[in-house]
Amino acid sequence: MKKYSAFAVAREAMRHHTGWNRAWRDAQPKKRYDVIIVGAGGHGLATAYYLGKNFGITNVAILEKGWLGGGNTGRNTTIIRSNYLQDPSAAIYEKARSLYETMSQDLNYNVMFSPRGVIMLAQTEHEVRGYKRTAHANALQGVKTEFIGPERVKQLVPIIDLDGPRYPVLGGLWQARGGTARHDAVAWGYARACSDMGMDVIQKCEVTGIRQEGGKVTGVSTNRGDIDCDKLGIVVAGHSGHLADMAGFRLPIESVALQALVSEPIKPCMDVVVMANTVHGYMSQSDKGEMVIGGGTDGYNNYTQRGSFHHIEETVRALIETFPMISRLKMLRQWGGIVDVTGDRSPILSKTPVEGVFVNCGWGTGGFKAIPGSGWGMAELMAKGHSPLTEAFGLNRFREGRFIDESVAAGVAH
Amino acid sequence: MLILTCPNCGVTAEETEFHAGGEAHLKRFGPGSSEEEFEGYLFMRSNPKGVHFERWRHAYGCGKWFHVARDTTTLEVFGSYSAQTTEPPQDILDTIEDRRPGWSPAERPA
Repeated sequence: MKKYSAFAVAREAMRHHTGWNRAWRDAQPKKRYDVIIVGAGGHGLATAYYLGKNFGITNVAILEKGWLGGGNTGRNTTIIRSNYLQDPSAAIYEKARSLYETMSQDLNYNVMFSPRGVIMLAQTEHEVRGYKRTAHANALQGVKTEFIGPERVKQLVPIIDLDGPRYPVLGGLWQARGGTARHDAVAWGYARACSDMGMDVIQKCEVTGIRQEGGKVTGVSTNRGDIDCDKLGIVVAGHSGHLADMAGFRLPIESVALQALVSEPIKPCMDVVVMANTVHGYMSQSDKGEMVIGGGTDGYNNYTQRGSFHHIEETVRALIETFPMISRLKMLRQWGGIVDVTGDRSPILSKTPVEGVFVNCGWGTGGFKAIPGSGWGMAELMAKGHSPLTEAFGLNRFREGRFIDESVAAGVAH
Repeated sequence: MLILTCPNCGVTAEETEFHAGGEAHLKRFGPGSSEEEFEGYLFMRSNPKGVHFERWRHAYGCGKWFHVARDTTTLEVFGSYSAQTTEPPQDILDTIEDRRPGWSPAERPA
């Protein structure tokens, strides 16, 4: 792998950019791998990367039915934060956030991590109490957050209207080192690093069956032939239930569509990320100047990667009350992703009833921020059979009633 | 946008008038059941990519519950029927068979 650097850019500029190589190899499937990861999104690629980096397991294939990072990795609103209430969540999300800090250097790939700060607005008395509680919990967990009053919110976000008729801003939970990163670059950076370690990133390779013998996984069937493996990691977000069905078990997951949209580009007007959970909306300004807006989920099971128009309307209607200046913006694009939602709104990183099969799913509406931490923990789980980061997120928590209940703690946006 | 017909009051309306209530025909397990059965009833869902039987409530209409057969990949609605059933009626199954040849009721959640 050729290292990217300012020097490399200058060198290539001198010779008309003829010396750049592919960022990752266009690999063909081999007969057998030690580990197969299904799903080349952020979480799958990060799992493969840390398997190689932390545990020296490099005979790995990452299978992707579409194109790399074409699922939720390329569809989210790129928010990174770790201000969660429950200890296991705070641990894995803060691990992820701290890995984002140095990711560009670690991968030698600019993921444009921008720790610009994240505010979660408190717009009801209930939220004020909830976020104060979260700030106290974060202090104990070692996650740096604080509860700030409306004046400070106005200082950080001059375009906000504090005295909206329906949704007055009463304060906010502020995480100064939260922010955004370039979502595609995260997938591309991991893919390049994996490929460099000798792993095969295989696109347009759809898994059609999971082969097992005596309760143990032996490989997968794909549209490009059978591939054997010792261990299988299923990291496919919204399609987890579909893959679990192939392996013969069920998951406590339902798949729904979550939508986002972006406006036309405008001059810089908001340099932090603002989330308004009461009204199911969150907004940040991209480097191109577009306002990136995330909405709520549809209420029913859905695999269409679209979403209902009335949810967009709801989100935008509420955001306009809080940010009156966006009322005259034209919206450029709208899209949906299929998110896998569990009962307690916390992820599942777990062994499964089939020996050698592991799942990493259930990140629901907020998986992007967790990518490096999720990969770190999942890799340890797959290599060693257990990991302190993933221990609390096992499938058995539903049977045992040990929920990590962020559905109440985190409100809606997650 | 989904267009649903409420079999209780006969009104056809778009989805904002209704509220989705999750998978239909779950068998209830209560006291005396095994842990696995209880866990299955409470949390495990078939979440199919394709034909899905689900509960809806006519929230801004008659307020009553009913069932809908719908495709989760195309959003095609095969029909709605009474919630006072333990399995989909034959005419709904016929419609699905007609629209999705080869689909078998065995794929239905257990």
